[in-house]
Amino acid sequence: MSSISRDDVAHLARLSRLAVTDEELDRFAGQLDQVLAAVARVGEAAVADVPPMSHAVPLTNVLRADEVRPSLPRDAVLAGAPAAEEGRFRVPRILGEEE
Amino acid sequence: MTDLTRIDVAELGRLLTAGEVSAVEVTRAHLDRIATEDGRLGAYLHVEDDAAVAAATTVDEARARGEELGPLAGVPVALKDLVVTQGVPTTSGSKILEGWRPPYSATIATRLADAGTVLLGKTNMDEFAMGSSTENSAYQVTRNPWDLDRIPGGSSGGSSAAVAGHLAPWAIGTDTGGSIRQPAAVTGLVGHKPTYGSVSRYGLIAFSSSLDQAGPLARTVLDAALMHEVIGGHDRCDSTSIDAPLVGLADAARAGAAGDLRGVRVGVVRELGGDGHTEGYEPGVLARTREAVEVLAGLGAEVVEVSCPSFDLALPAYYLIAPSEASSNLARYEGVRFGLRAGDDGNRDLDDVMALTREQGFGPEVKRRIILGTYALSSGYYDAYYGQAQKVRTLITREFTAAFADVDVLVSPTTPTVAFPIGTRVDDPIAMYAADLCTLPASLAGLPAISVPSGLSDGLPVGLQVMAPALADDRCYRVAAALEAAQDGARGHRLLDELPTPAGAA
Repeated sequence: MSSISRDDVAHLARLSRLAVTDEELDRFAGQLDQVLAAVARVGEAAVADVPPMSHAVPLTNVLRADEVRPSLPRDAVLAGAPAAEEGRFRVPRILGEEE
Repeated sequence: MTDLTRIDVAELGRLLTAGEVSAVEVTRAHLDRIATEDGRLGAYLHVEDDAAVAAATTVDEARARGEELGPLAGVPVALKDLVVTQGVPTTSGSKILEGWRPPYSATIATRLADAGTVLLGKTNMDEFAMGSSTENSAYQVTRNPWDLDRIPGGSSGGSSAAVAGHLAPWAIGTDTGGSIRQPAAVTGLVGHKPTYGSVSRYGLIAFSSSLDQAGPLARTVLDAALMHEVIGGHDRCDSTSIDAPLVGLADAARAGAAGDLRGVRVGVVRELGGDGHTEGYEPGVLARTREAVEVLAGLGAEVVEVSCPSFDLALPAYYLIAPSEASSNLARYEGVRFGLRAGDDGNRDLDDVMALTREQGFGPEVKRRIILGTYALSSGYYDAYYGQAQKVRTLITREFTAAFADVDVLVSPTTPTVAFPIGTRVDDPIAMYAADLCTLPASLAGLPAISVPSGLSDGLPVGLQVMAPALADDRCYRVAAALEAAQDGARGHRLLDELPTPAGAA
């Protein structure tokens, strides 16, 4: 199985929206390589014909009645937000300069 | 006067109901002890203080008016800090949620409040429940009451330290890969991970949704069963909650304590500390496990050895599945709807603010797991890692099913070692993950499993794990209570009574 390089960690950190530092890149690359080596044993299991299991309880389509129930008051929800304005979440601009 | 912090919940409930003590007295006794002892233990991230006294006063006034109250009304409780509580700080041990006061409460918090219990506070934990020592908390170190230089287990280490240190009569923990059972084992407590779906996950801050379960940390098996009965059962707010009544759990604990295990078939799992599988296990832990099994046999249980070869793969499968689900669950911390926002200077766009917020708000273990999970789920690696781990999960579940055709419960040590010294594993993820070796199989299969004290090794507690088929949580309580009663009877007191009493305690 493959190993995780420093560049791989940088790429994965970007995908995960983590602005990791150079020092973290060095440290995580080494540690994740170790973890990956330890978990690679799952690849040795003879499971070609075994179905995957995503969940402990086999459940499908749990439905409920389509009825209106009270929701949380808007102010109570916005009170937890780092920034709110005019009764809404305030969000940094979504498009970058080049877009 | 008797020290109210040393009385079991079952007895506290009786005293409160009989009017022999008031809820305010019981609550104040715990708040006083928290004030004097928590400086050294570090169990609590938040203490309710006046709010707890007010809640207790409400119970006393209701009782004085002659209102019909439940048997637990006035009993204090502590909640792990990932249980969402309306208006009460909830951080999941992370800086990214510092200062957040949720606008709603988890179902289990509501059920505990409806039973009249009094919230003492919120307990420390590994950040987002990722860890086995509580050292990954972004806020503070929590210490083991048995030895202040050692870890209290994790991730529910604030809850274990609080209950073992008599700063709460019982507490809620959560268990994804062992985070109730391992802290219970290393602090001399009883900790039960219910059948997946037995307890609602609504309002529990998610780590790995297919594995997370909340459950009790208590000083006795009966207390644990009483708490499970309060918090368990179907909840329409959690679509994975099982729509079936809980079988009599407290009754099972009482039946077990009577000490007759004739007709009960106990399987000892070879792969968890048995012949040829002892590497990494301390001799003292294996000795206490053997002795506990002998006690069960002495009570009439039929003991056989059972082999489950794929359990060897539980740890690697878990450390792919849990980080994968975590990487998805933790995407919700984007610095917009709640919690921290960093770098919002008016120039940076949402993407940059999000990345800076998460960089600043998450600790190293959380980042490691998000990156690992993102890797395991990424195109080209999915089949080799996540897909393969899910198939291993099926193998483990099948081996449990086969084993339970011949035995009623399976037993093993709860964790391979006694509490390890603070600082010895925190920078070595692989060593830290080994603490979960014995608890992971039941987690992956969604089965109930309890840890009950089996004795001391080098003066530190050891736990026996009892696993049962799905929805047969009562078997865990019955067998655990039988062991507890037999050992308490033989030594003439509870294991927890051997806890070195900290200076200043009553």
